Amino acid sequence: MAGSLVAAFAAYGIWGFRATAVLGFAVRSSTPLALAAMCGILCERTGVIDIGIEGQMLLGAFAGFFGAAAFGVVAGVFAAVAVGALVGAFLALCAVTWRVDQIIAGAVINIAAAGFTSFLYRPGRVIGSLPAWRIPLLGDLPLLGPVLFRAQPLTYLTVVVVIGLQVTLVRTPWGRRTTAVGEHPGAADTVGIDVARYRYGNVVAGGALAGLAGALLSVEITGSFDRGMTAGRGFLALAIVIMGRWKPVAAWAAALFFGVLTGLVNQLNFGQVIDIPPQFVAMLPYATTIVVLAIFGTRVRPPAAAGRPYP
Amino acid sequence: MSESRPGEAGAVPQARGVLLEVRGLTKRFGSVVANEDVSLQLRRGEVLALLGENGAGKTTLVKMLFGLHRPDGGEIRLAGEAVRLRSPRDAIARGIGMVHQHFQLVPVMTVAENVVLGAEPTRRRFVDRRRAAAEVRELSERFGLAVDPDAVVEDLPIGAQQRVEIIKALYRGAEILILDEPSAVLTPEETDELLGVVAELAARGVGIVLITHKLREVMEAADRVVVLRDGRVVGEVAPADTDEAGLAALMVGRSVVLRIDKQPASPGEPVLGIQGLEVDDDRGRRAVTGLDLEVRAGEIVGVAGVQGNGQRELAEAICGMRPRIGGCVLLQDRDITGLGARAIHDLGVAHIPEDRDKHGLVGSYSVADDLVLNRFDEPGFARWGRRDRAAVQRWAEQLIAEFDVRTPDVHAPADSLSGGNKQKLIVARELSRASVLVVAAQPTRGVDVGSIEFIHRQLVAARDRGAAVLVISAELEELLAVSDRIAVMRDGRIAATFAGASATPEAIGLVMGGATGH
Amino acid sequence: MHLDRLRPALLPVVAVVVAMVIGALVVLAAGASPVAAATAIWVAAFSGTGAIAATLEKATPLVFAGLAVIVGVRAGLFNIGAQGQLLLGAITAAYAGYRLAGLPRAVHLPLCLAVGIVCGALPALLAGVLRATRGVHEVIVTIMLNTILVNLTDWLAGGPWMEQGQPVSRTPAIVGSARMDRVAGVPVGFLLAVAMAFGVWFVLDRTTFGFRLATVGANRNAAHYAGISVAGATVAAMTLSGALAGLGGAVESLGVVGRFEPGFNAGLGFDGITIALLARVSPRAVIPAAVLIGALRASSTQLQARARLAPEIVDVVLALALLLVAAPIILRWLLRLRPGSSPTEVHLTRGWGS
Repeated sequence: MAGSLVAAFAAYGIWGFRATAVLGFAVRSSTPLALAAMCGILCERTGVIDIGIEGQMLLGAFAGFFGAAAFGVVAGVFAAVAVGALVGAFLALCAVTWRVDQIIAGAVINIAAAGFTSFLYRPGRVIGSLPAWRIPLLGDLPLLGPVLFRAQPLTYLTVVVVIGLQVTLVRTPWGRRTTAVGEHPGAADTVGIDVARYRYGNVVAGGALAGLAGALLSVEITGSFDRGMTAGRGFLALAIVIMGRWKPVAAWAAALFFGVLTGLVNQLNFGQVIDIPPQFVAMLPYATTIVVLAIFGTRVRPPAAAGRPYP
Repeated sequence: MSESRPGEAGAVPQARGVLLEVRGLTKRFGSVVANEDVSLQLRRGEVLALLGENGAGKTTLVKMLFGLHRPDGGEIRLAGEAVRLRSPRDAIARGIGMVHQHFQLVPVMTVAENVVLGAEPTRRRFVDRRRAAAEVRELSERFGLAVDPDAVVEDLPIGAQQRVEIIKALYRGAEILILDEPSAVLTPEETDELLGVVAELAARGVGIVLITHKLREVMEAADRVVVLRDGRVVGEVAPADTDEAGLAALMVGRSVVLRIDKQPASPGEPVLGIQGLEVDDDRGRRAVTGLDLEVRAGEIVGVAGVQGNGQRELAEAICGMRPRIGGCVLLQDRDITGLGARAIHDLGVAHIPEDRDKHGLVGSYSVADDLVLNRFDEPGFARWGRRDRAAVQRWAEQLIAEFDVRTPDVHAPADSLSGGNKQKLIVARELSRASVLVVAAQPTRGVDVGSIEFIHRQLVAARDRGAAVLVISAELEELLAVSDRIAVMRDGRIAATFAGASATPEAIGLVMGGATGH
Repeated sequence: MHLDRLRPALLPVVAVVVAMVIGALVVLAAGASPVAAATAIWVAAFSGTGAIAATLEKATPLVFAGLAVIVGVRAGLFNIGAQGQLLLGAITAAYAGYRLAGLPRAVHLPLCLAVGIVCGALPALLAGVLRATRGVHEVIVTIMLNTILVNLTDWLAGGPWMEQGQPVSRTPAIVGSARMDRVAGVPVGFLLAVAMAFGVWFVLDRTTFGFRLATVGANRNAAHYAGISVAGATVAAMTLSGALAGLGGAVESLGVVGRFEPGFNAGLGFDGITIALLARVSPRAVIPAAVLIGALRASSTQLQARARLAPEIVDVVLALALLLVAAPIILRWLLRLRPGSSPTEVHLTRGWGS
């Protein structure tokens, strides 16, 4: 952590605004990813695999945007959260009550979300995006100010969510019980923990976060909605969950890493230091994921009961 | 049924200190009656042994006591009050604790975390880890159950994990402790230690239900014994009033004659030769450590030992299912150390695997397909890569008749068969073919008595045809019945070998438990 | 008795019908006429030989995509990356189709198909190898590969392989010697697809190779016991799955689009999942399922013109149908099926790790 801070300032000293731009990009682009990854962590830590994050985000972005267009920005954010939670409830219903294969259930969510949002989409509306909050004093710091303390509200919320989730998972009874349910539901059951209730609760909460991540895209970052605007971020979140080894702060770091990587390549492209087609820049995080998994594949250890219905 | 059962009829005799009373409890699964009209009592500070064979209904009974199954009839009374236990939570809240046969511990969490799970001490909404550890330490000292609260459970040996389970129940204020087959995974030493703990707990007023089919433990630890057979209570005695033979007769319902008629062995050439074999278990720990063993044509060698001393890994390594780290395995003087499962099978090695549902068959396949599971591409069953399904069907029909596999037809899915018939299916597949070596791991686990005899006779028949037979079993009775020689496995190697005729359970048990062999 | 046996087989049909009824309600809610929509679909998909040929053309790559998913599922693998493999097959076949002009037809066309097959198989092979040797879940790898391949084909079509002298990023047109035409009004590609469906059925249900895959899919521990190489079957199934997807892409390029154009084949791989489940993982049943979806897909312009509907209504209906077959409990309730008779219940998830 300290090392990367030193590196960041060293970069800032040498390249000035470019470093600010790279890190700013990293923070902006990693926020929806991190939030979506929190959905994945919540679900998988409790034993449910959610590959429908992409669809939940898309529906969240959709609901957020049109909610904002009709009733204001705050209503939009709440609509996104509600829709995400609703889809999460559906996934929980499939996975816990109906015992449908979880990967197929997630695929259904993705396909359905793409279909519904495209069908209902009406082009041409725009809304103002959320205003940035400049934190007094901290916002004036060199480098860190523009990167961290002049962000929009949902970005700050993400930080709170990530750290909050880390602490609660490790330290609270709810967190330990969630871990038990995801690792060994039988053990949880025999000490009186209601496995189904924990799975429902966490998957719904995860869905809400995925919806929020969608709102972040449409309401906070772009102020618009487009067909398929999540562009694979929900899938990348799955990879981030694995790279973060199912731990919130580590996953956030993985998201930031992808952000820095992409931002750096973009900046080098702008500066004409290198010339890499944008498609290759877009591939970068995905290719990195495959390489990392190929190297460390056998060493990552997912929650033991992820994907398995109980009882 | 002749023994007196207090409180069965009429008024409610409030016996002093009765913690638990069960009256006329009945449980059915579909058409199968698992428990019928079971009644019993447990008093404070008493060790009640629940004795019965596999499938006698012991586990079903205690699952009802722990809220995991709902009774179809009868009632459970705790401290004189009729209760309905809908879930383990209800049972725990009413002071019932259970140590399951398969431990219910989260492997990646610490001892303290596991103990307090679901009932965590908190400080300002966070788990109070210090207090959790302190409580574990306090309980472990009070009852003489040594564990380190901060150790991660998956790093602990089995015996220690069991102690964690007991502490877990005590932490929840259990006044009634149910132990389901607690010694199945323990060495005799660990078992003695456990029985000491049980006595200590009883002395402090805990009522204990000890489920077992091991007579020695019953004689040693129980104050009273309730014997179950076919789901019913067939007797209730005090150990002082009976002996092991009497208990065994009650349990089995007839005098135990497991020893089957067979000619003395006439061993020929060595078929299987194992020298200095080293094999790792699933978690990469050395399970077989420099093992030497020889099995000759025409003899049955039994491998005895406490579960988890490398028997499973040995069988899998011989049959090519598990990589051999060191040493060598010779089959008729041919080194098969590097060969895979199929190549070894093709050299004439039959393998009845330990876990029939996991390895032995594909549940969703038809009986016919499972009967050719490892021969599906042999010339008789396939040509040019195309399966000859008619030939498979003819073969299967012949086998199910010959081996008495009870199934509606050969197209029925294997999962629809009973455990005993599944096992016969595997035995049929493996023994229906000329083999030089038969490796049978737990060949009669969970199988009804009739099928046990049948399977034993098949193993002897394979021997008499000239095959070398290696039987690995956790049941000493079984080994004594079929084996010509018995090798005792401990800590991954053979600790002693006995000639079948001279072997006694006591002598073998001594070696299993750590005494030096001859 | 007879009906009880028939009911599970009817399930996908009922699922589609129920999905269409709900779809009609959605159309109503959107202020359009369901009758007009139905007419549009009928006219576009089935009125006249031209329409039928167009439907079959649409159905062709869908057959391949469905088969690709099925081959994976039989071995217990979920190839969610059929989409990317299809794209790679499509663009490489198109490249071979315009670049290797001058070859005789008997060489050129098979060569182009072979290129598509190989290039579709390669990414799937990677996923299979990673699964078999490193234990990395194929779902994750193929999802990552989807995005990578979309970008790669995008770049190829807008860069090195782009048609010169016009603004749209697409490859040049495939030359005549590599085009797949119609025979008696039926697209050749569709005939190939039907043949392939029967071929896949034969391989999966009648050969020892199919038995190996199915054993690994049904119980990998038992497969290990029986001496079947789990790793080998995993790699083989993924490769075959990718090859089928790649062939689907090649046929799409050579028989329908006539070149590669990004965005033209979007969603085909995901339709493959829908088709595989509608077909209850049975190769021959893929044909009607693909024709049905092909018909819906073929009607998009008519839907817009006649019923003033966004063509994505088709996606809504398909998502509903998929949902109904994936969560059979809903239909079981609708049909009053006994709980015992289990319809399409596919189980793939074994956790991320193993």
